[in-house]
Amino acid sequence: MPNVMIRIKDNGALLFYIAKKDQEDEIATVEKDTDDEWGGKIELTDGSEYYIDPITPRPSFPTTLRFKRA
Amino acid sequence: MSTNHMTPEETQALIQEVLEVYPEDAKKDRAKHLMVNDQEVEQSKKCITSNRKSLPGVMTVRGCAYAGSKGVVWGPIKDMVHISHGPVGCGQYSRAGRRNYYVGTTGINTFGTMNFTSDFQEKDIVFGGDKKLSKIMLEIEELFPLNKGITIQSECPIGLIGDDIEAIAKQTTKDVKKPVVPVRCEGFRGVSQSLGHHIANDAIRDWVLHNRDNDAFDDTPYDVTIIGDYNIGGDAWSSRTLLEEMGLRVIAQWSGDGTLAEMENTPKAKLNLLHCYRSMNYISRHMEEKYGIPWKEYNFFGPTKIAESLRDIASFFDDTIKANTEKVIEKYRAEYQAVIDKYKPRLEGKRVMLYVGGLRPRHVIGAYEDLGMEVVGTGYEFGHNDDYDRTIKEMGNATLIFDDVTGYEFEEFVKRVKPDLIGSGIKEKYIFQKMGIPFRQMHSWDYSGPYHGYDGFAIFARDMDMTLNNPCWSKVKVPWLIEDEEETAVAASA
Ligand code: SF4
Repeated sequence: MPNVMIRIKDNGALLFYIAKKDQEDEIATVEKDTDDEWGGKIELTDGSEYYIDPITPRPSFPTTLRFKRA
Repeated sequence: MSTNHMTPEETQALIQEVLEVYPEDAKKDRAKHLMVNDQEVEQSKKCITSNRKSLPGVMTVRGCAYAGSKGVVWGPIKDMVHISHGPVGCGQYSRAGRRNYYVGTTGINTFGTMNFTSDFQEKDIVFGGDKKLSKIMLEIEELFPLNKGITIQSECPIGLIGDDIEAIAKQTTKDVKKPVVPVRCEGFRGVSQSLGHHIANDAIRDWVLHNRDNDAFDDTPYDVTIIGDYNIGGDAWSSRTLLEEMGLRVIAQWSGDGTLAEMENTPKAKLNLLHCYRSMNYISRHMEEKYGIPWKEYNFFGPTKIAESLRDIASFFDDTIKANTEKVIEKYRAEYQAVIDKYKPRLEGKRVMLYVGGLRPRHVIGAYEDLGMEVVGTGYEFGHNDDYDRTIKEMGNATLIFDDVTGYEFEEFVKRVKPDLIGSGIKEKYIFQKMGIPFRQMHSWDYSGPYHGYDGFAIFARDMDMTLNNPCWSKVKVPWLIEDEEETAVAASA
């Protein structure tokens, strides 16, 4: 259950940053991504998947969230 | 194999050959830390492993967490007293080694080059050093009343004996009414100095950054900070002038020539400018999350990267700043062009191998390229995945990238790749100089500098030229090689 900081990259994409691992990966897809809901299954560009119960309303980034490995 | 450009296969074969002498397990481990660069790769973690414990039995040049906190992040904050808490050696042998220049009167209102230590003895280990610590802090307050605060930089024994430095810090803060910051940077934490940077960042976050959150501040829309410039040989100064010429106001610089007040005022900035990503990204990310301050990495080595970075920084601001930026670049054009015209013919085509710390293994590549040189190998002592991610695009294809390279590997790579110049640290310097290879220290700038900014580029170019084209190198021959030659000469004449 890593703590992940999500921030907006220069290119507009969301960056998935795991401080513990110094891992920076772009988020490829988010299952639920609307103004009033954000989360569910999340896929990174390297193919790995994480899960977070959808958050309402959509959080403003950067923010730190707890994910589960999907 | 000293062709100018190696193919990926040749570089791979070279790695294999060098690894051959290791026992099976060591070979497997070290192989993961060496890669042949391929610019197509997006994620370095697929090709290179980093930030792992060094292999026992090999020579590594890494430092410890205490070095990362006291030596790098906290030490240069000039108006605070940093106590090397524990035995005297850790602080004394590293004292003033990094040449973080500062303005002030040492021993009166600044303390950068001094060594404060609790000088642990056997009885402190046995009975604990808490009493001693609070006593020396009160003494410091009496002897150096103009200090703005104290940090406690833990050395190994503190963590081992379990002293409660946090409690002492809180009590002393009350007694002296100044910030007293405990830093749990015991040398055994983590695999290198890198975790020390992180721990130091966390201490700034927990004990300093919010101190002035409720204070009024006369801000402007152009307030920026310089974070992660350690002012080695004056680097931060030659960077700061450029930002000021753009019309920005630098309200804080860390930690080179930095003060406690500047750190406390940093959350008032509109943009944090981050030079050393490795050592200060943590606190920049924290400020982005907590205060909504964006941060931007920049690179002030060599005119190409400087112009790129200045424009990048300007894009955060209005048209006046953008126009000023173009004027700044224009203003220095004649100056840096003259530097290139003078030195490029003397350096063109020369090949460089680097092995350094935080940001330089990738940041100085552009400066060498501005002089027509090529970096054929580079590596980090304590880099992480995110550093290598940022390096792959900067390095040419089929060049060598090495992580926590061992003394043996580095020597072998140099013997076979035959670079014209090596840029690394004091521990490598004399080995390579004795091998007759031009060498520059790229941590301390070999007691020269600054290298940042346009002013720094002129010095950088001169230094590289005077080292590389120095006639001494062909005269350097170690005795055993000379004997060898004489023997062959004798044999030939017989
Ligand atoms: S590893 Fe421990 S004993 Fe050695 S220099 Fe670092 S803090 Fe001091």
